[in-house]
Amino acid sequence: MLEAVVFYVLGGMILGLGVLVITAKSAVHSVLFLVLNFLFVAALYVTLNAEFLAVIQIMVYAGGIVVLYLFVVMLVNLKRAHEQHADPRRLGVIGMLLAGVVLIEVVAISVSTASRDAAPVVASAVREFPERLNDPLLNTERLGWVLYTDYLIPFELASMLLLVAMIGAIVLARRDA
Amino acid sequence: MLETFAIPLLQAVVVVNSVLVAVTFLVLMERKVIAWAQSRLGPMRVGPHGILQALADPIKLILKEDITPTRADRWVFTIAPIMSLVPALVVFSVVPFGFEFPYWISNINVGLLFIVAVTSIGVYGIILGGWASNSKYPLLSSLRASAQLISYEIAVTITLVSVVLTSGTLNLIGIVEAQRDFELPLLGTGVWFAFTQPVALVLVFIGGLAETNRMPFDLPEAETELTGGFHTEYSGMRFSMFFLAEYANIIVISAVIAIMFFGGWMPPFSNVAALDFLEVIPGWIWLISKVFFVLYMFIWLRATLPRYRYDQLMNIGWKVLIPIALANLVLTAIMKVLVA
Repeated sequence: MLEAVVFYVLGGMILGLGVLVITAKSAVHSVLFLVLNFLFVAALYVTLNAEFLAVIQIMVYAGGIVVLYLFVVMLVNLKRAHEQHADPRRLGVIGMLLAGVVLIEVVAISVSTASRDAAPVVASAVREFPERLNDPLLNTERLGWVLYTDYLIPFELASMLLLVAMIGAIVLARRDA
Repeated sequence: MLETFAIPLLQAVVVVNSVLVAVTFLVLMERKVIAWAQSRLGPMRVGPHGILQALADPIKLILKEDITPTRADRWVFTIAPIMSLVPALVVFSVVPFGFEFPYWISNINVGLLFIVAVTSIGVYGIILGGWASNSKYPLLSSLRASAQLISYEIAVTITLVSVVLTSGTLNLIGIVEAQRDFELPLLGTGVWFAFTQPVALVLVFIGGLAETNRMPFDLPEAETELTGGFHTEYSGMRFSMFFLAEYANIIVISAVIAIMFFGGWMPPFSNVAALDFLEVIPGWIWLISKVFFVLYMFIWLRATLPRYRYDQLMNIGWKVLIPIALANLVLTAIMKVLVA
């Protein structure tokens, strides 16, 4: 009961802040609402006992990436703090299409995973540490274990992708090369 | 009900007030230590040897007029100091002052990551404060501050990973227990990570100086270039919130260093049987004295070193600290495999 109340309150806050992000007049205000949004998502992870994910969410998104957004927005938008948004109808069709694709994706994932017993992460954790199944404090260990066994190749591929992106950014930013 | 709400609330009140009082006395300590370093007396007029200066300063700040510039972004201007102070105080909810319950508010398994994550939120206060003032020097200062914080956060976090690798846990109590229980060849148990991870200690200390905008990395507040930094346009209570946040962050980083490298609440050299009588002193007093030792080092450096140039600051962060941190991490991993 309490869990459901917390979930709906947090979910409502996340959706409301999401709307504020796209309707705020000033880009800096949008970024601020985005930070709050990420903090509430982190709170949602805490209610799911995924405290490692929650902290990483704050550290990477709220504390890292959005700071860079803010940086860019401040540098670009110095003179025109209250810039009007471009004509919403022009981008509306593409936006609707993309939103539709995401919606279909979410529905497809939830339909296809609803039939399974448990998420694969939990399954492999049960295999490795059957005696610690109900210990909520172990999810950092579990996540590390699963990432380096069952999901080793996707994990390495993702890190290669980030490395390539980083090298690409350095190459593009260097003028005298 | 009592155990889930009332006791943590009471603990939070005690800890937050202690931190705020500690900040006022830390400012006095800073002025006194720097004065002695420069053969002066420092504040002497309020109370014996100026000890009541710590009370006079907050009273003055609270009574001052609170001004909002007319062209400032009113909302963000008000929120910025709060966003800077609140994370600095929230961090203390996971700082353990001892092994047993009443000495910590919450014992979460990702305590160290929590501290890193929450302190990284504090940078918003600085960026937004400079931006919302709608004034050029504060803006320049906040750009400097955010670039500096992000750069040094990488080095510090990578360094913390090597300590986590040594202890095998992200839990702060677990890290202290690891320093108590680890058996080393020749030295036995109870060896602080300051001795097994000396490079990490130096890196975290330098990174901590940079992350809290202290000398010799206090470029965001370089008064000769920026008239005062991101809080130039602030006055009264809102200025003092920035001020409190800055000093609370210094206490946080000192507490992290004391817990991770100086054995937290353990007495020094607990592996030497002749020093067992030190156990008489309670653990939280040991922790607080270690925190103040690190704070003293911070102040000492401020009195000693000149300020770096901005390009030097970035070079140190990216070309010196991060490579050393990575090398230390790899070396730690190799040692861990070899020992095990």
